[in-house]
Amino acid sequence: MSFSFDFFSLKGKTALVTGARTGIGQAISVGLAAAGAHVLLLGHRDNLDETKEKIEKIGGTYDTVLIDLSDVSSIREKLAPILNKYEIDILVNNAGVIHREPAAEFKEDEWMRVMDVNINSVFVLAQEIGKTMVARGSGKIINIASLLSFQGGLFVPAYTASKHAVAGLTKALANEWASKGVQVNAIAPGYIETNNTEAIRKDEKRNQSILDRIPAARWGEADDLAGTAVFLASRASDYVNGHVLVVDGGWMGR
Amino acid sequence: MKDLFDLTGKVAVVTGGNRGLGKEIALGLANAGANIVVVARKIEEDVISDLEKHGVKAIGINFDLLNFDQYSKLCDQIVSKMGKIDILVNNAGVQKRHNAVDFPKEDWDFVMDVNANASFFLCQTFGKHMLEQGYGKIINLASLLSFQGGLRVPAYAASKGAVMQFTKALSNEWANRGVNVNAIAPGYMDTEMNTALLADENRNRQILDRIPAARWGQASDMQGAAIFLASRASDYVHGITIPVDGGWLGR
Repeated sequence: MSFSFDFFSLKGKTALVTGARTGIGQAISVGLAAAGAHVLLLGHRDNLDETKEKIEKIGGTYDTVLIDLSDVSSIREKLAPILNKYEIDILVNNAGVIHREPAAEFKEDEWMRVMDVNINSVFVLAQEIGKTMVARGSGKIINIASLLSFQGGLFVPAYTASKHAVAGLTKALANEWASKGVQVNAIAPGYIETNNTEAIRKDEKRNQSILDRIPAARWGEADDLAGTAVFLASRASDYVNGHVLVVDGGWMGR
Repeated sequence: MKDLFDLTGKVAVVTGGNRGLGKEIALGLANAGANIVVVARKIEEDVISDLEKHGVKAIGINFDLLNFDQYSKLCDQIVSKMGKIDILVNNAGVQKRHNAVDFPKEDWDFVMDVNANASFFLCQTFGKHMLEQGYGKIINLASLLSFQGGLRVPAYAASKGAVMQFTKALSNEWANRGVNVNAIAPGYMDTEMNTALLADENRNRQILDRIPAARWGQASDMQGAAIFLASRASDYVHGITIPVDGGWLGR
């Protein structure tokens, strides 16, 4: 076994992945498990069977953690026993929600829900878990950003605001924690075939206009993100800090 | 997982792979299993033997990148020796420091030729081969000065800005044809190119104060990003520039 695979190996590491039930969170959970990490699958309800099966199939290991991230004020309390039980080396803040409505009509409670799940819970998790990483002098935090960390999108103002905030928080935390051995970075997925994009994929016109702008000429698959997550979770990225790594088939350059 | 980052059987060409960042990138790719072609003005023998220690095939080709009209010959020569080219790392780069008001035209041209023009035409020549085989990974070396202006290095900043931009331009054309074109932007690295900065106590401290990681980068810090961009792990990654800068750009 040559060094480069040790370089990307996560053997002996524990990773917590939020939104692990499906899509990108599932693919990243399986990818980290394949690289050797013990993965704590965080979901809202006990419906993580598909992800568990995929991890079992590749001989990986996992446990489950049930926390409702939209109830931000209860996160710290629910996290405490988890932090007593595990030393978390890798945190992947993936859970996210989207609400589509023109800005003029956008409901305030939907705005609040999107901000709670997409950014407020991310800060609380990064703070609580990051604290333990700083104390140990090592750790990797990977936030899931978006193309809408750079652009405005259409009819998703809360999502856009929350994802810009994720990019900002990533850099802010990196500036504080880089010298303490904790790398904080983000992945900005392009247009990926997941539940969150089902509505626009079904809209033939939107689907075509999106496809026309992707240089790679295809929608991304959740699995396309696994390699990037392993890179950012491993020793291979130890001098990479505060970066939002775009995995979008070339969209942003077009 | 091994498969995702494995480069066994791939052929990688690294320009300026003789020393500094280029040598460490070449060693990283060799560690991941790639056979290596080092292209440099004068190949040093220990580079090839260091690469061969990883159990891969390695050759060196003495070549001056200012010989633009020899690129397709170089490409043919490599293909005939190694069978194909899967990975191109445009690493060779030069630096000239003068105040902008005094910057000599010949130094400007030299920096643009090596850093921007040679990289573009190597992409063109080797990219053509990759497009024919329907597969390829090109990694250009950008810089923090692809984003910022630097001090007393206007030609370098211009050339590295160009590198980041044509990386996107090429990716827009080639992404749907199996060729990934991306870049890495090294931060302040402890290499020969930065001897002047490292030796200037004041500049050294100013730079260090701004790096969140609180250390200069080591050439070996580049290896992870290079293997990532050279491997299957980055197949949906096109046209981006990954800073390996200890957080500098976010500060």
